[in-house]
Amino acid sequence: MKMTRKEFLKLTGAGLVLVFGGQELAALDRMAQAPGPNGAKPQRRKQWAMIVDTRKCAKDRGCTSCMEACDWAHNIPDIPDNAHQIKWVWNEPVDKVFNDYDVRYMEESQRTEPIPVMCNHCDSPPCVRVCPTGATWKRPEDGIVMMDWHRCIGCRYCMAACPYGARSFNWVDPRPYIKKLNPDFPTRTKGVVEKCCFCDERLAVGKAPACVEACPEKAMMFGDVNDPKSEIREVLAKNYVLRRRPELGTGPNIYYLI
Amino acid sequence: MREKLWIYGGLLLFLVGVTFPVWRDAITHATTQPPALEMPANQKQCVAPTDYMLTSHMKLLMDWRTSAVRDNNWKYTSFNGKVYQKRFSGTCLQCHSKAKFCDRCHTYVGARTPYCWNCHVDPALVKGATP
Repeated sequence: MKMTRKEFLKLTGAGLVLVFGGQELAALDRMAQAPGPNGAKPQRRKQWAMIVDTRKCAKDRGCTSCMEACDWAHNIPDIPDNAHQIKWVWNEPVDKVFNDYDVRYMEESQRTEPIPVMCNHCDSPPCVRVCPTGATWKRPEDGIVMMDWHRCIGCRYCMAACPYGARSFNWVDPRPYIKKLNPDFPTRTKGVVEKCCFCDERLAVGKAPACVEACPEKAMMFGDVNDPKSEIREVLAKNYVLRRRPELGTGPNIYYLI
Repeated sequence: MREKLWIYGGLLLFLVGVTFPVWRDAITHATTQPPALEMPANQKQCVAPTDYMLTSHMKLLMDWRTSAVRDNNWKYTSFNGKVYQKRFSGTCLQCHSKAKFCDRCHTYVGARTPYCWNCHVDPALVKGATP
């Protein structure tokens, strides 16, 4: 049989696709059926999220209940030097939080209204992508952006990557600056990065995050946005909400009712 | 034999130096007995048999740490079927005291103080701390 060069190449190409293409498809199929971590069956993935109702929050301008609850629950130090401060949840004025929205002509009192900000537990967290040691990762079962302080080497790549400034670095030993030690939660050591963990330790025992529980106005709501029947989804369905810098594509999971 | 003094003097110094640890211990009443294991008042059995804990507690702690933090698996079923929470302060230190248990044995065997304590809180430090 005589074959032209063109025919030979066509046939070879088709053969390669048949052989290796089949293998790739089989591999994809295996991946889809693979069990989750620890051999567990793949579960419906949760995504914890929070709604901050700024209208309720605004009722008491000087209120710091959520921050105090968080500080105690997680042994967060109160370091007087601004450059060394550790923040998990803190207040920022509206025009700083939503600096990419047009709030120029908003009434002064509204524009400077302090509202709580924290880690957004993004769908696609840039901090996780840059961490060289895997000390921070997005937990597959519930979408919390976790931190393993045992593994953090303090390179601060994650701090550079986070567009929300949600991460703090321990420049000094935080122990002497902790007002009241909570023995149930570890402190951190000098040289590691930390941030809000959505109270994973409280969720593990079926409690809501400390800030949600502490808010006297019930301005914070916590729930699973992947569950269409959840209370949080009902609120999201009926209200217009803002997220911080959604244009970056990080997919933040803290929603603000304005 | 003019060097007699130097030779015997040197030998004596050498002997004194070599036997120093022995008579120092005799003077300070040091003992080779290991510290007595302090048993907690409220529990009879640890999360694993004593022999295992004596030799491998560090391995168990590392396993707990990895599975709890990284795999969100907080429950530990012990050899006798009892289920424990994998918490260092919340479980281990509820029975054992840092000063009387951990530190005493680590000092006795000359093991370096582990860096657990850089972050994990010794409950003895926080008497009466409630929210």
